[in-house]
Amino acid sequence: MADQRPNPDELLDRMQREEEKARRGKLKVFFGSCAGVGKTYAMLSAGKQRRAQGLDVVVGIVETHGRAETIALLEGLEVLPRKESEYRGKCLSEFDLDGAIKRRPGLILVDELAHSNAQGSRHPKRWQDVDEILAAGIDVYTTVNVQHLESLNDVVGSITGIRVWETLPDKVFEQADEVVLVDITPDELLQRLKEGKVYMPQQAEEAIKNFFRKGNLIALRELSLRRTADRVDNQMRTYRQEQSIETVWQTRESLLVGVGPSPGAEKIVRSASRLAAQLDVEWHAVYVETPRLQRLPGSERDRILRTLRLAHELGAQTASLAGQDAAQTLADYARSRNLARIIIGRDTQPSWIPWKHSFADQVGKVSPDMDVIQIARETPDGCQVSTKKLSAWHIAPRESWSSYAWAAGVCGVAAALASLVHPYFDLANIVMLFLLAVVLVAVRFGRGPAVLAAFVSVGLFDYFFVPPRLSFAVSDVQYLLTFAVMLAVALIIGQLTANLHYQARVASHRETRLRALYEMARDLTAVLLPQQIVEIGRKFIEGTFEVKVAILIADDEDKLPIIADGAHLTVDSGIAQWAFDHEEPAGFSTDTLPGSPILYLPLRAPMRTRGVLAVEPTNPRWLLIPEQRRQLDAFAALIATALERVHYIDVAQDALVRIESERLRNSVLSALSHDLRTPLTSLVGLADALTLTSPALSTAQLELAGAIRDQAFRMSALVNNLLDMARLESGEVKLNRQWQPLEEVIGSALKAREQPLSHHRVRISLPPELPLLEFDAVLIERVFCNLLENAAKYTLPGSEIRVEAGVDGGEALISVTDNGPGLLSGSEKVIFEKFTRGKKESDTPGVGLGLAICRAIVEAHKGRIWAGNTPSGGAYFTFTLPLGTPPTLADLPDEERQEYKGTRPE
Amino acid sequence: MSEIAPVVILVEDEKQIRRFVRAALESDGCHVFEADTVRQGLIEAGTRKPDLIILDLGLPDRDGIEFIRDLRGWSELPVIVLSARSEEADKIAALDAGADDYLTKPFSVGELSARVRVALRRRDKAGDDGATVTEFGGVRVDMVNRTVKRDGLPVHLTPIEYRLLTLLIRNAGKVLTHRLILREVWGPSHIESSHYLRIYMGQLRHKLEDNPAQPRWLLTEVGVGYRLAVE
Repeated sequence: MADQRPNPDELLDRMQREEEKARRGKLKVFFGSCAGVGKTYAMLSAGKQRRAQGLDVVVGIVETHGRAETIALLEGLEVLPRKESEYRGKCLSEFDLDGAIKRRPGLILVDELAHSNAQGSRHPKRWQDVDEILAAGIDVYTTVNVQHLESLNDVVGSITGIRVWETLPDKVFEQADEVVLVDITPDELLQRLKEGKVYMPQQAEEAIKNFFRKGNLIALRELSLRRTADRVDNQMRTYRQEQSIETVWQTRESLLVGVGPSPGAEKIVRSASRLAAQLDVEWHAVYVETPRLQRLPGSERDRILRTLRLAHELGAQTASLAGQDAAQTLADYARSRNLARIIIGRDTQPSWIPWKHSFADQVGKVSPDMDVIQIARETPDGCQVSTKKLSAWHIAPRESWSSYAWAAGVCGVAAALASLVHPYFDLANIVMLFLLAVVLVAVRFGRGPAVLAAFVSVGLFDYFFVPPRLSFAVSDVQYLLTFAVMLAVALIIGQLTANLHYQARVASHRETRLRALYEMARDLTAVLLPQQIVEIGRKFIEGTFEVKVAILIADDEDKLPIIADGAHLTVDSGIAQWAFDHEEPAGFSTDTLPGSPILYLPLRAPMRTRGVLAVEPTNPRWLLIPEQRRQLDAFAALIATALERVHYIDVAQDALVRIESERLRNSVLSALSHDLRTPLTSLVGLADALTLTSPALSTAQLELAGAIRDQAFRMSALVNNLLDMARLESGEVKLNRQWQPLEEVIGSALKAREQPLSHHRVRISLPPELPLLEFDAVLIERVFCNLLENAAKYTLPGSEIRVEAGVDGGEALISVTDNGPGLLSGSEKVIFEKFTRGKKESDTPGVGLGLAICRAIVEAHKGRIWAGNTPSGGAYFTFTLPLGTPPTLADLPDEERQEYKGTRPE
Repeated sequence: MSEIAPVVILVEDEKQIRRFVRAALESDGCHVFEADTVRQGLIEAGTRKPDLIILDLGLPDRDGIEFIRDLRGWSELPVIVLSARSEEADKIAALDAGADDYLTKPFSVGELSARVRVALRRRDKAGDDGATVTEFGGVRVDMVNRTVKRDGLPVHLTPIEYRLLTLLIRNAGKVLTHRLILREVWGPSHIESSHYLRIYMGQLRHKLEDNPAQPRWLLTEVGVGYRLAVE
């Protein structure tokens, strides 16, 4: 029973996929068997319908091909202007991607998903543009013809005889949210063609003869129907999995395709992709580079890399492995990835050597537990290069003319030695000397010189030693065997040593690169400045690969510098910024602006992308080699991590400095406050103590003592204000914000200012529905104290002071109003500045810090404070506090809650 | 005051402050011993059989709070703390450590005498827990019958309000921090929910005070806690 439940990993995976999908826009594909079935028409009709439902629909790009019905439909729809660009003197108009994203419609109609963009566009393919639109959260309707599907490309080509070069990766089609098949019968289509509804009349005639033959149309229709059916089938399966209707959980088996150097590889990759799609499994494509394959000419290796890229585009995971034995390496890879089936192209002609097994047999032998599937290759045509032709002569390392001269020289020395010992030894032993010479040459100079040495040795041996001497004639036939063996040994050894050399060279190359990686990692650990990282990174990458390098580091606003300092490479800052923003590689050999000669790699670190590494290879092929790319990625990762580390060193240092300065300021302030307050406390206390002395003081003396005490208190208030202002201004006051009723803090402020307010009437009116507010009680009490004291100070005894509060919008309004003389007009703002007083040179005490402190406190609470005069002449001071969401009294027993809500004695 | 003069130990490093505090206390009939360090203060507290300790928080050798913790290890003596205004955190720490009350510098001699009188009275009453009826203002709380009357009329309190009130009564005159009240009334899991306490204190004031916005008995110590005033 347990097996019937979906596996949790799979569920999680599905949820993530769905989540990702929900953020993206939806893609709907109108799918048809060939041109003229009415895809664009269907798309436009659907778009119009959505528009009628009130959605913001725009036409991104639509090719009408002059069809009247389509043009009529376009009316009433907003069509985005195309982007005009000039390329090599030709004026091109393309879909304007940035314009479309900037316009942000709800739905955008984009015709012909498989279209290839003009050179110089951001993406080479329109489906990549669409991908970016979807990523921006905009829905897209589009059209696709069956012959443009990558995996069916060759099938359609073989049916119609016409190969289409604009292809669309199947995964785009598979991942579309909806596919609508637009279908009409071939007869109807032909009828439409004849009526000129698809092409102009002459064109139509041509078309019917070539592409639009009825047989073709039927075949294409079948293909498109079947492809749609496959998709529906997949959907059904996913649905069943999601609904857990039945136990369809299969063990996931994946496919592995071995990509070889032979020209049919592309077809094998396509077939494998179709097979994988039918089985609904993931698949891998692997190229095993054996020493023999390493000697292939550049064009051949390019083709292998292209095949790998094709596989990648078709959705495979690709890898390029190195190994002695291709079959063994392939089998090992399959085992490590748990891939149960290996797909291999069938060898075209049977091997003429009876004991030489086909590659499929070899694979089957090393991995008897795996299925090996053979697939027919494309029938070889003339342009094919047979592997045989790729002889060993192409790249022979260090085989210069001097090495051939050396080879001849060594043979000469052997001949001289031989002639010295000739009188004492048998001819059979003399041969050994020559053989030794050939082996030495092979080891030292490689295959070519070895072969030359073999021939020269045979010649010399024959001429000087085989009777009749000093002639090439051979009297004894058995020497012919000697010659043959000599030649064979020389060739075999030459071949072996050449392989050895080559591998040693490859190994030493790898080792050099690994060492560079290691050394760079080591150097980077000691670095403290970004500039040093740039220098080290550039030094090592340029030293390891034949490239020009620039490293651009983003600033705090995520902007890259226009020019990389010190680099001898002119980068395109637009592409660099794109790569940085999208955290994806751009430029050469990528999907984004591949026309650029420079590859831009984002420097991705664990926390965020730190910059961009720009690389311009001297040999463009270089970057297509997966191994090189991986290594470059490793360099980029190292640089990114180093940049991040340096960044955090800065952050840590800043924090340290801030903490240090804060501590200093706090200790200065508290020392100051202690040193000022202690004598003031003594002063107040001693003045009081004076009144306690016996014999008792006279009235005049008591008054004096009281005056000293009052002045000391005032002094203390002043000191408090100054210290508070200093603290608030430094911005280091930490608010102890808590949810509390305003009433309480007003009450304690009134109590604290009992004395100055003793001759005033204070009226408090707070609405009972006033919610709890979040504030620092001590600081807000200061605000009330200062406002109340101010009101008392500037009004006559007996005046009335009102404290009121209310709620307005998202904030609470609290005001303190008096009925005194009011503020001088024009002074409403100035009074909140430091050291400002209501009346200059007045006898009212205070230096005018009170209101400045109020403002600082209120602003620290994200509120505002202002003042003005009431219509009746008094002054008012109002401040706001944000309301927020007060906490609830959720877990109270019922009785308690009722009590809180209900009874509030008046 | 009892016929025997109460013994007060004054721990303060500032000579001038010691001088006037001593003068004030002696004029109130106390017997004063001075100490200027925590160490000296603890020795005096251990040997002089004091009735009250007045402690400055900023002492040269050790933190005043350590003094309170040390003292609370072996004595329930009332402690009044002298502190600077801007140090709410210090006040709370001292109260949580076991101090009874605090005075903010600068303070007048009258204020000091009042606090000392309250503290000494609390000490005198500490012996008899039998006080079952408490009165303040027009409010009469009978702890045995669990009734609360205001001006002779019964007042209905919820269980939490009643617990809060009795806690304040048991510690009348003493400053109770928010944390302490929350722990005692709501339990240790509600120590951070200070808005509960504020709401209930508001309700209690509305039920018991003549003017809830300007309470006379249920006093707020801003940023620190609450105190029930005694006459």
